[in-house]
Amino acid sequence: MNNRTQEITVGTMDAAKLLAIRSFTRKNSTLGFNRDKLVETILMLNAAIFILAIAAISLFILIRGLPLIFKVGITDFLLQLEWNPTAGSFGIGTMLAGTLAVTLTALLWAVPMGLATSIFMVELAPPRIGTLMGSLVELLAGIPSVVYGFFGLIVIIPFIRNYLGGSGLSVLAGAIVLGVMILPTIINISRDAIAAVPLDYKVGSLALGASHYQSIRRVILPAARSGIITAIILGMGRAIGETMAVVMVTGNSTIIPHSILSPTRTMTSNIVLEMGYASGDHQAALFATGVVLFIFIVILNLVVNLTLKAGKNYGAN
Amino acid sequence: MNPKIKIKTSDISVFYKDFQALHGINMDIQEHKVTALIGPSGCGKSTFLRSINRLNELIAGTVIRGQIYIDASPVYCKEMDVVALRKQVGMVFQKPSVFPMSIYENVAYGPRIHGIKNREQLDEIVENSLKAANLWGEVGERLNAPAAGLSGGQQQRLVIARVLAVEPQVILMDEPASALDPISTARLEELIGELKKNYTIVIVTHNMQQAARISDYTGFFLNGELVEFSATNELFVNPRDQRTEDYITGRFG
Ligand SMILES: Nc1ncnc2c1ncn2[C@@H]1O[C@H](COP(=O)(O)OP(=O)(O)OP(=O)(O)O)[C@@H](O)[C@H]1O
Ligand SMILES: [Mg+2]
Repeated sequence: MNNRTQEITVGTMDAAKLLAIRSFTRKNSTLGFNRDKLVETILMLNAAIFILAIAAISLFILIRGLPLIFKVGITDFLLQLEWNPTAGSFGIGTMLAGTLAVTLTALLWAVPMGLATSIFMVELAPPRIGTLMGSLVELLAGIPSVVYGFFGLIVIIPFIRNYLGGSGLSVLAGAIVLGVMILPTIINISRDAIAAVPLDYKVGSLALGASHYQSIRRVILPAARSGIITAIILGMGRAIGETMAVVMVTGNSTIIPHSILSPTRTMTSNIVLEMGYASGDHQAALFATGVVLFIFIVILNLVVNLTLKAGKNYGAN
Repeated sequence: MNPKIKIKTSDISVFYKDFQALHGINMDIQEHKVTALIGPSGCGKSTFLRSINRLNELIAGTVIRGQIYIDASPVYCKEMDVVALRKQVGMVFQKPSVFPMSIYENVAYGPRIHGIKNREQLDEIVENSLKAANLWGEVGERLNAPAAGLSGGQQQRLVIARVLAVEPQVILMDEPASALDPISTARLEELIGELKKNYTIVIVTHNMQQAARISDYTGFFLNGELVEFSATNELFVNPRDQRTEDYITGRFG
């Protein structure tokens, strides 16, 4: 507090006073303790707490979830289609299918659109338009997921019901909402990757007689490849983990979706829908669902690290 | 052999926004000769090179006046196909910028974008281009290795091979040796000597000895003007302009 007021008033002070304060603070610190040491300790403590917290959460999820997985059997737990926790059947096959269906359908449209947008922003748009679009993307990223879910519920679901059939609560509704939600991730990361491609590549390609489009497709995108893959995988991770909006628009039935108009339940939805009343093995089964999600995300992160490393070895960014 | 004019520039001026970088340059560049461009930094040598293959147009706010003729046909006109022009006029940059692909793909890049798909034909072009660039012996066994793994001198020769693969008639080189060690530079100079049998070469260099060694004609630029342009022997031994003499004797720049 004291330091703060000093800082603020420094602007209006003359040099002599400033010097006096400086020497005073220095004297003060040599009198009591070493300030660097203190800052270092605080930072280290912070890091230690952070690591401990992560370890504790992971451990907790694993301890609560793994025993049930082993009790049911790994393959049965993952692939059995019967989810009736109060009657003792714990198969998350339908939810696994639901998560994959919604995520992959979302990626199917959000990846091409996100990639096209980032190419446009870097390569084609006038700088002012590019900046404007960047801010719009930030805005998109800042909207809370419940708002997306609400929008889906009010706008997308009636649309699907009226024009495509079914109840509207569906894989498609989830994929549309999720796709919009992961667009910022895909756009931001792939845009950075494309913008980081050295201008030399583009000029070199144009100087060989390539068109702008050929240069983008054959030199710029391949050079940005590992960044683009990272964008897709992180978008996928976000889609797999997203809960609120998905619960609101997918209908949440525990069936294998047979078309994109079928309702479906994802793994995250499963946890949030039942955690309020689950106990015993049922609760353990929800934690076990969390373990599966956790492993998914860990694997995706590993893939990201590997692609980035592979990209570096190849001389691309 | 009758000297033939390959490139004729007629009163070329280049403006970057308000700044005039070139002031009405007139130069006749002979076919199958090496023409060196010298002059202090910022005098417009790169700008001049880029105006020959119309690469200046990539820079926003550039205005070009005057005309350039290649084989007597104008470069600056509506009918000019820039792709065809750049196929005809290859360029090698100061920094060797190999694409982040294999050695093979780097050389095959140009032919591919110009529509050659046949694998055997591509193999042949790659081999011939690498041989012509004096690189085949070093990389012939590892064509699929990433090009970024080559040494600087090898990368510069790879870039030359990449240019040769599109079968240009003119090769523009912008300080191609500035990032190379003496041995790689010597090899590059040797290569230029061989290439001039089949190509017309325009090379920017800061190295006066290099210009004297490899070129047939030399142009001296100063502040966007072509001060003197003549046969290399003449220009270095018997400069007509006082400013040329000052520059080549190291009195300024
Ligand atoms: N993109 C640009 N925008 C504005 N001015 C430029 C641009 N490129 C070059 N110039 C200016 O035009 C003049 C000529 O530049 P150019 O690069 O042709 O010189 P150069 O003779 O090749 O120099 P160097 O030997 O350092 O490469 C310089 O004054 C430079 O500042
Ligand atoms: Mg230059």
